[in-house]
Amino acid sequence: MSAMNPVIDQLPPAPFRDRFGGWITGAVIFALLAWSFWPAEIYRAPYLITDAGNMAKYASGFFNPEFKDWKYYFWDLVVTVQIAVWGTFLAVVFGIPFALLSSSNIAPQWVVQPVRRLMDAFRSINDLVWAVLFVVAVGLGPFAGVLAIAVNTTGIIAKLFSEAVEAIDSRPVEGIRATGATPFQEIIFAVIPQVMPLWVSYTLYRFESNVRGATVLGIVGAGGIGQSLFELIRGFYYAETAALMLMVIVTVAIVDIISQQLRKVLV
Amino acid sequence: MKHSVRVKSLSKTFPSGKRALDDVSLKIEPGEMVALIGASGSGKSTLIRHIAGLITCDEGSGEVLVNGSLMQQAGKLAPDARNIRRQTAVIFQQFNLVGRLSVLTNVLTGRLGKLPWLQGTFGLFPHEDQLDAYRALVRVGIGETARQRASTLSGGQQQRAAIARALVQGASILLADEPIASLDPASARRVMETLTDVNRSDGLTVLVSLHQVEYARRFCARTVAMREGRIVYDGPSRKLTNQKLKEIYGSASEELILPDAADLVDEGKRRKRDTRAA
Repeated sequence: MSAMNPVIDQLPPAPFRDRFGGWITGAVIFALLAWSFWPAEIYRAPYLITDAGNMAKYASGFFNPEFKDWKYYFWDLVVTVQIAVWGTFLAVVFGIPFALLSSSNIAPQWVVQPVRRLMDAFRSINDLVWAVLFVVAVGLGPFAGVLAIAVNTTGIIAKLFSEAVEAIDSRPVEGIRATGATPFQEIIFAVIPQVMPLWVSYTLYRFESNVRGATVLGIVGAGGIGQSLFELIRGFYYAETAALMLMVIVTVAIVDIISQQLRKVLV
Repeated sequence: MKHSVRVKSLSKTFPSGKRALDDVSLKIEPGEMVALIGASGSGKSTLIRHIAGLITCDEGSGEVLVNGSLMQQAGKLAPDARNIRRQTAVIFQQFNLVGRLSVLTNVLTGRLGKLPWLQGTFGLFPHEDQLDAYRALVRVGIGETARQRASTLSGGQQQRAAIARALVQGASILLADEPIASLDPASARRVMETLTDVNRSDGLTVLVSLHQVEYARRFCARTVAMREGRIVYDGPSRKLTNQKLKEIYGSASEELILPDAADLVDEGKRRKRDTRAA
C-alpha cells in the first residue's frame, strides 16, 4: 500500500528563477533608479511643494483660454494632421519592404542584419532632429515635416511589422509553397493575410503618435501648429497658449476616435 | 512506364543528429493508393516532405523523381522544382489553409503555379478558375462554405477544403501527410472517403501517411510501413496483420492499432454478417 501511495511531505525543489528571480529584478531596478537619482535632479522634487505659489501663478494663466484667433490656429492644426497623414503613408509604403527584408523567416541573415541596423538608425534619431536636417535640405515648411515623420516612422514600422511577420504560423506558407507558388506569392497569400490585423493596428497607432509628433515640428520650422505654439509660449501669451493646447488635445482625441472606428471596420 | 513517385536511396539527417531517413527507396505506380504507416518519428512526414520538394536530403544521398522528372538529388532541389511541385499536391495534418482568406481563395491558390506570375500575385483569378474552385468545393461536399473565412471551418471541413485546393491544382499526385491525425473518427472517415474518390474517379496517385493501420487496411490496397527511418514492410495491406505488426514493431505496435477504430472493424464484421445472411 505504502509503496503505491508514498507519503508526500515535500514539494519538488523550485528552480532558481522562481526563488530569486523577483529579488534580482527588484535589485536591478533599484540600482538603476539610484544611479540616475542625482543626474536627473530628482532631489529637487521638494521644490514642487515649496514653490507651489509660482506654479499656481503660472497655471492660473492657463485657466482663461483666449480663443479669439481660433480660426487661424484651426488651419494650422489641419496642416499638422495632413503632415501626419502623408508622413505615415510614406512610412508604410517604405516600411513594408524594409519589414520583410528584416524578417529572419523571410530574408537571409546577411540581408536581415544590415537592414535592421539601418532601421535602428532611422528610428533612433528623433523626428524633431530629422526635421532640422530636412529643413536644411528642402527648406522651411510642412514638406520637411512630412519627410522627418516618414523617415523616423519607417524605422518604427519596419521593426513592428517584421516582429509580426516573424511570429506567423509557417504552415500556411508551406501549404501555398506546395502548390508551386513563387516566393513572392507565398508572401502575398500566406504571410500578409496573417499579419494584416496587426499591421493595421500598428499603422493607426503610429498615425495617432505622428499627429502628436507633428504638433512640435513647427518649433524647428517644419510646418504645422508647433511654430505658433512655440511663439505664444515664448511671448508669455498664456491664455492663447492654453486655448491652443486645448485645441491640440481635442484634435488628438478626434483622431483617436476615428482610428478606433477604422480599426473595428478593418481588422 | 514512368513511375509516379520514384525515391532512390534517400537519407536525411537533421541538424540535431537524428537520422530521419536511412537509405529509403520506393516506387509508386500511377493510379495507386498507398498508405504509409509507422509510429511517430518513424520518418513518414519527412519522406512525404522530400517527395513534395519541401525539404532537401543529405548531400550526396539519393534522389526523388516525380513523374520521371527530377525533384531533388544529392541534397539539392532541381532548378525547376517549383514547376514539378505543381504535379504534386500536398495536404497536411494541420490543413495549412490561410485562416483569414475565404475558403474559395484558399482553393484558388492551387492555381498560382499555373497563372502568369503577375496575375497570380495580384490574385486576379479568371472567372473559369473561380468556377472550377467552387465545383471542387461542391465535389468534396462543402460548397456552402465558399465565401466564409477558412478559420471558421471545422477541422474536417478544412481538410476537405485542402483536398479541393489539391484538385484545383490539377496535380497528378496527391501527398497526404497525416491528413486525419487531428480529426474525430467521423470526419476522418469522410476525408479518407474523399481521398479514395479522388483516387478512383480522377485517377490521382495517392500517398497517404497514417498513424493507424486500420485505415490503411480499409482504404488502401498497398501499405508501406516505416520504422526508424527505414521501410520495413511494403506489400498488400491485408497481409499486414496485427501479428505481422507485432513482429515488425514489437510492443510499439500498440500505437498503430487504433483502440477507437472499433467502428471500422465492427462495420467489417457487420458486412460479413450481411453477406452471410444474404
